[in-house]
Amino acid sequence: MNRPIRAVAVTAMVMFFALMANLSYLYIGQQDYLNERSENRRVADARFGQDRGPIMVGNTPVAQSDAVKDKYNFQRSYSSGTLYAPVTGFYSYLYRTSALEASYSAQLSGVDSSQFWTRLVNTLSGASQRGGTVQTTLDAKAQKAAWDALGGRKGAVVAIDYKTGAIKALVSYPSYDPNSLATHDLAASTKAWDKLNADPGRPLSNRATREIYAPGSTFKLVTAAAALESGLSADSLVDASSYKLPGSSKVISQNCGGSKITLSQALQRSCNPAFARLGAELGAEAISAQASKFGFGTKFLTDIGSAASVFPDPDTLDAAQTAMSAIGEYETQATPLQMAMVAAAAASDGKVMDPYIVEQVLDSDLKVVSQAHPDVVSEAMSSADAAELRKMMVAVVEHGTGHRAQIPGVTVGGKTGTARTSADRNPYAWFTAWADDPSVAVCAFVEDADIPATEIAGGAVAAPIVKAVIEALR
Amino acid sequence: MSDVVGYRKRRGVEAFMLAFAIILGMGGYLLTHLNRDAALPPEWPWALAALLTIGVALHAVIRWRLPYADPLILPLVMLLNGIGLAMIHRLDLGTSPRMHSAELQLMWTAIAAVACCLVIAFLRDYRVLQRYTYTMFLAGMALLMLPLVPGLGTEKNGARIWIHLGPYSFQPAELAKLVLSIAFASYLVEKRDVLALAGGRFLGIELPRPRDLGPILLMWLASLAVLVFQKDLGTSLLFFGLFVMMLYVATEKPSWAILGLLLFATGAYLGYLFFSHVQVRVSSWLNPFSNYDQNYQVIQGQFGIAWGGALGTGWGLGRPNLTPLAKTDFIAAAIGEELGVAGLTAVMLIYGLIVARGLRASLVARDPFGKLLAAGLSFVFAIQVFAILGGVTRLLPLTGLTTPFMSQGGSSLVANWVMVGLLLVITHQVRSPVAEVPAEPEQWLAAEATQVVPVGASVDAAAGSPRSVPATSPAAIADDAPVPVTPPADDVTVPVALPADDVTTEVTSGPGGGAGDPSGGEGDDPTTEVRLPPEDGGVL
Repeated sequence: MNRPIRAVAVTAMVMFFALMANLSYLYIGQQDYLNERSENRRVADARFGQDRGPIMVGNTPVAQSDAVKDKYNFQRSYSSGTLYAPVTGFYSYLYRTSALEASYSAQLSGVDSSQFWTRLVNTLSGASQRGGTVQTTLDAKAQKAAWDALGGRKGAVVAIDYKTGAIKALVSYPSYDPNSLATHDLAASTKAWDKLNADPGRPLSNRATREIYAPGSTFKLVTAAAALESGLSADSLVDASSYKLPGSSKVISQNCGGSKITLSQALQRSCNPAFARLGAELGAEAISAQASKFGFGTKFLTDIGSAASVFPDPDTLDAAQTAMSAIGEYETQATPLQMAMVAAAAASDGKVMDPYIVEQVLDSDLKVVSQAHPDVVSEAMSSADAAELRKMMVAVVEHGTGHRAQIPGVTVGGKTGTARTSADRNPYAWFTAWADDPSVAVCAFVEDADIPATEIAGGAVAAPIVKAVIEALR
Repeated sequence: MSDVVGYRKRRGVEAFMLAFAIILGMGGYLLTHLNRDAALPPEWPWALAALLTIGVALHAVIRWRLPYADPLILPLVMLLNGIGLAMIHRLDLGTSPRMHSAELQLMWTAIAAVACCLVIAFLRDYRVLQRYTYTMFLAGMALLMLPLVPGLGTEKNGARIWIHLGPYSFQPAELAKLVLSIAFASYLVEKRDVLALAGGRFLGIELPRPRDLGPILLMWLASLAVLVFQKDLGTSLLFFGLFVMMLYVATEKPSWAILGLLLFATGAYLGYLFFSHVQVRVSSWLNPFSNYDQNYQVIQGQFGIAWGGALGTGWGLGRPNLTPLAKTDFIAAAIGEELGVAGLTAVMLIYGLIVARGLRASLVARDPFGKLLAAGLSFVFAIQVFAILGGVTRLLPLTGLTTPFMSQGGSSLVANWVMVGLLLVITHQVRSPVAEVPAEPEQWLAAEATQVVPVGASVDAAAGSPRSVPATSPAAIADDAPVPVTPPADDVTVPVALPADDVTTEVTSGPGGGAGDPSGGEGDDPTTEVRLPPEDGGVL
């Protein structure tokens, strides 16, 4: 009987081999898939309870994990939660994570592949597993100044170092306290979440990068750039007389100080008929292409999430729509970040720098594991045209609608914008500008400018905010 | 065949390995506490004392009764049992309010060890089991079908393989696998020559004669009934696999194995076609995430193993309590989570080693009954481990079988420890020194019988339990008594005390005991069977 017994032994061996092979497959082939399943409580709980590294602004942690005595061991806390919420995001059990807490989750918890060696050394030496540090580019003073200057009005402020693309300030109001969502008291977390979602002011939305608004006259910078690129100069004369929209009975009229004025004067006075006419003459294709070069249609700052700014598809635009789009109305919509980038491009000789908000990531031993490198996304215009545009923008601040942004000893160039999207609500107020020292471009946007309709909202409401931020960075 | 088969006793090896096994089990227990509370539990010396007592007692009984038993089986089993206890205790700690299943399981371990000791002490020659073929068969089938009795059987997790008696629940398949292994072995020893007769040939394979198909069809129907009514593929596979494998080993005809496989595949496929519960099992095996709530347990088990990764979270540091029934069906998932894929693989290897030791005994056993029984017990154990571990790790559809020696549950522990006792008895007889006398079968048997008896050596033992020992000493001896008993003391090279008087006591008291023994009067089965081994002598 020994021959069949041997066959049985081989069968048993095959069975056990199959068990072990399948188990190995489960580990090698399916581990990541299983760990990433949203139903996996082990992973969710463990991640929630991790000793995550801090998110830093300068030398101050704005998000950090504190040891607590409960089943999760560590509580995430935000020292200036509301101020930095659009950047840090929140770290909650029930509602997951957002912004940097989400996009740098692996690095913050120390499980990213870039931290493999640190992790291995910690494991072997028996040290507890700690997370990495995310160092942001934000400037605490500028952030605070922007917040204070916005003064509790709905809106957003973005400041970019135009030489590198580093974000120096990023404020959105109304905001929320991430601590209320990160709390281990899950009932309180649920309550806070429901309240935030029901709030008509939409505090969870990041107005600086994730919402698009009609940019109004600030878009004239794009039209002006397209005009300069087409061969005009700051001193070229443009027709500023009333402009009847082609194929429409609507007439755009404005007293721009004469019917023949220079392009620079047109920008300085934010002359609607001149830019509408210019837009129609340049054509939808040219303006669309110029807008794209500035970054319209592209999502930036993906680590905190952003919306792409929109210039309508040129193929669908008739002449009248092109004219309206060229002055930042009709369907043109942009994020405050995008309008800051337009000013930044003018300031940096036409180069559009890729904006970034994370300067470097350090592992738990504070060794740098990744470092941001300034990157040019595109050349929006020639260096000479950029100089012309800067000259025009300086005129806006020194003699025109943006005079409230003047800072003694600093050259500031900017452009105001006011977009009245509907008769029964207050207009949007915009101001986007750059300064020569510090090398920063700032865009301020107020969603609900409560001022008399006669005033240029952008100049009155938004320009002082920009000024405050630039001064804070000096 | 060599004249003398000499094995060393290796009891020292067993003692050393046993200590190692107990250290590993205790280690799991202590590490759990150190990892969770950074302190040892105050009652740890008691736990150690309990495990040591069980280990020492088993070892002592084996030294006394089965000095030649396989030295690895006991340590391997103790290791599994110890790890199982530690894991159940660890799972207790994760419950709120805290449960005390581990204490109960420890008590059952002690009871199971006692049962194992009783088998070792009183079953001195396993061939006595050969006498009750049909009784065993009927008892086994009755046990197998017991969960179908209304009011007695209960459905757990969709499978009806449990019975409830008052506060106790019990998986009769655990006992049935023992009883049926014995029944099949004795039946096949008797019938194997007939079943080996060739019928026609097909594709170069000798087919059995159609008239011999009765038994396999009967078992097939029985296993189908288990699949359909008890809704458990594992149990079904267990018994049909056992029967087919033993049939194959007994007849040496691969056609039986092929036929069995085809029948099983057909049955499983029919079951899949016609029964929704089988489809549910298959779907939860292939696509667990298609229905999260329905397949919650399988999914949680998978999450646990994935969470543990290669080396596991460490004792007490995972979250195995998230998996339902982690102490019973899914204890392997808990092991995988905290000891990692590496730890679970090690556990699989330990099971594999137990199977290997059993099959090894089967290979070298000298009589066909012993061969078949050892092979059957080992293989049915292998199928059980394969079915439940395969189910938990999604190699197979999930079954409700217990994980031997690890799952929480007294009946399973006792049944499996009794099986270990049986295996130890067989290995002892296999490994005991014997000089084979190739000449006369009768004489060979006599030598074998006398060889077997003296193990106890002590007259006290025989006197201490005079009734049962003679009763268990085979009726074969009664038959053989007239044959001149030639104590082969001079043939045996390894010195074993073979007190002739002990033999005589047993032989003479044999018939008396047999007559008084109610089971001894069970017709003529014993005699027919007893005559068989000598006929098979040549085959060996």
